Amino acid sequence: MIRQLRPALVALALLTLATGIVYPLGMTAVAQLAMPGRADGSIVTVDGRPAGSALLAQPFDGPTWFHPRPSAAGSPGAAYDAAASGGSNLGPTNPELLATIAERAGAYRRDNGLADGTEVPIDAVTASGSGLDPDISPANARLQAPRVAAGRGLPLDPVLAAIDAATRGRTAGVLGQPRVNVVELNAGLAALGA
Amino acid sequence: MDAGALLQLMVLGVALAVTVPLLGRWLAAVYDTGQPAPLDRLFLPVEQRLYRWCGIDPDREQRWDAYARSVLMFGLVGIVGLYGLLRLQGHLPLNPTGRSGVGPLVSFNAAVSFVTNTNWQAYAGESTLSHLSQMAGLTVQNFVSAAVGMAVGAAVIRGFARSGSATIGNFWIDTVRSVTRVLLPLSIVLALFLVSQGVIQNLHGLQPVTGIDGTTQVVPGGPVASQIAIKQLGTNGGGFFNANAAHPFENPGPLSNLVQVWAILALPLAFPLAFGRLVGDRRQGRVLLAVMVGLWLTSVLVATYAETGGNSRAPAGVTQAPTTELAGGGWMEGTETRFGAAGCGLWAATTTATSSGSINCQHDSMTAVGGGTAMVNILLGELSPGGVGVGLMGLVVYAVLAVFVAGLMVGRTPEYLGKKIQATEVKLAMLYLLAAPAAILALAAASVVAGPGQAGIANPGPHGLSEVLYAFGSGAGNNGSAFGGLAAGSDWYGITVGLAMLIGRFLLIVPALGLAGSLAAKAKVPVTAGTFPTHTPLFAGLVAGVVLIVAGLTFFPALALGPMLEALQS
Repeated sequence: MIRQLRPALVALALLTLATGIVYPLGMTAVAQLAMPGRADGSIVTVDGRPAGSALLAQPFDGPTWFHPRPSAAGSPGAAYDAAASGGSNLGPTNPELLATIAERAGAYRRDNGLADGTEVPIDAVTASGSGLDPDISPANARLQAPRVAAGRGLPLDPVLAAIDAATRGRTAGVLGQPRVNVVELNAGLAALGA
Repeated sequence: MDAGALLQLMVLGVALAVTVPLLGRWLAAVYDTGQPAPLDRLFLPVEQRLYRWCGIDPDREQRWDAYARSVLMFGLVGIVGLYGLLRLQGHLPLNPTGRSGVGPLVSFNAAVSFVTNTNWQAYAGESTLSHLSQMAGLTVQNFVSAAVGMAVGAAVIRGFARSGSATIGNFWIDTVRSVTRVLLPLSIVLALFLVSQGVIQNLHGLQPVTGIDGTTQVVPGGPVASQIAIKQLGTNGGGFFNANAAHPFENPGPLSNLVQVWAILALPLAFPLAFGRLVGDRRQGRVLLAVMVGLWLTSVLVATYAETGGNSRAPAGVTQAPTTELAGGGWMEGTETRFGAAGCGLWAATTTATSSGSINCQHDSMTAVGGGTAMVNILLGELSPGGVGVGLMGLVVYAVLAVFVAGLMVGRTPEYLGKKIQATEVKLAMLYLLAAPAAILALAAASVVAGPGQAGIANPGPHGLSEVLYAFGSGAGNNGSAFGGLAAGSDWYGITVGLAMLIGRFLLIVPALGLAGSLAAKAKVPVTAGTFPTHTPLFAGLVAGVVLIVAGLTFFPALALGPMLEALQS
């Protein structure tokens, strides 16, 4: 057994140098030279200043913003914490989760002035896996549009146009799901003014 | 199940059908001793120097017991080294977020986890580790633990390919070559592709920014793409971030998602084809590949159907209809919009059929049937297609058992690939088969009666038992995914899951190498009219049947009390 010690130590040291230092730093150098925007987190700018990543949800709240999906990241009261990603880990039959969903559905109808019994999109009342999901479903975005338009004193049409601009279809028509990026949508609204 | 789910599955199928045969040929060339290997001109001089510094004679092969001792020593050194790095990270460079040393228990658990290719994570990456720990600790073990699995897979193949041989290869050469000829080149390409999709690759810490609405945000940084590439290719699965591949910085969109699913599957599926080439009968490899693909595809369809079908317990007034307007609808708790419920089902089945264990949706929140499918995949023993190298090892052990069962039925000494399967081989196969289930059931049983075990359970009812069963299945299966509500960082689960990971890695590899050594020494018997053919669909069905029956007999009672009961309640 002890005869194996030297090759084990030397091999681990050299492979650490190759795969743990040279490889990640080399990839960093190439990525920073070739694709700095992507490699640094796809930062969006508003009025010329960096305003977060297009890939990470922000805690948009109140009547003038489109709301992202509920978040279980971070601590309660400080959700959407990009330094502490994660989901709720509540099981599908857990009464606590089912009650929370019913409560969120009621709040969603109240906030958006929807009649009792209006069907609320599932993505609007469930927490995402990362707690940082930047996207919502197209139906969810359209249901929020009248509230946002009223909150900003805008007609509905430019708000709907902003939704269309922030909507992505399936990649190559095949992969993933059609969705609306809330960060880009709200950045577009901020540019609309009001 | 909507059209989108089937379309993405078809795209994946085409990508695999094109690349897996090429990778199978590549692997066969890398592990075919005595022949020139691909990229020799580039890497051979570097490797020769490395062997000299290690004090290894590259022309000398090892008997199976020396090979196993090398595996164990390399594992021990890896565990001690990683433990030390995690404990000391506070005093070391490349620590922009100012993380202090990791506690002893979590360091032990993480070191065992990454060295055993499990990547169970009892900590949250972004709030625990320095960049140096992620790079020089975890990324390195992502490479070398995968390479060890590939080396062992190659050694097992040689057991069947050779006759009258006392040796089964050289562990150090197999491991180093797995890194230089396979994992590193593929990782470089994949890492750069992932950056092009939005996976970050920098050395920043947490950068504060003022968000669009004026609130303060942080944007995390780190050498993420380089780690994610090898995490998927090596069926490791440990995330840079706590949310793993559900995190937008690890998996920003549908294309990065599909390419990562491909990366998880490509090498494990290529191994049976390399096996066929090296034993000199490619049909034998295709049969094992068919078993792997059949089991994997079945689980993908069941999980996708369950997740896109929604949760019947969801409150009234909430719609889960599978329409494009709802981003595919289905059950979305713990699921990301860009992948949808269909993306969750595909990934969850794939990551558990392989020993990857990375997640793009939270398995604890999946439907009872979807989460149960993930658990069944793990409990099958990580062979559909399992981890790189070790997945093939597992399926070959089942193939040995299948010819043994067939031999019992017709009253002949069983043979597999011209090798007589006798008492020694069957004993080693049984040792292999019993080690992981014994660990899973004993530790899960202890956890549901012991106070500290009960205290770590997050969800009530049968789902709580599922959390515990999943944890030990994942540990002993070297998978690494979790029903994440469980208190993985507690003393109880830190130690017990650590034990399960060690048993599931080394108590499986050692008997499998023993089997390879015993077979390599045997002469090949000629094929006669009475030989049971092992390249037919009948044999594929027999192997799959043995896998399902063994898992069913072992785990049905536990599964009935966990996911099955929960499914009946919902």
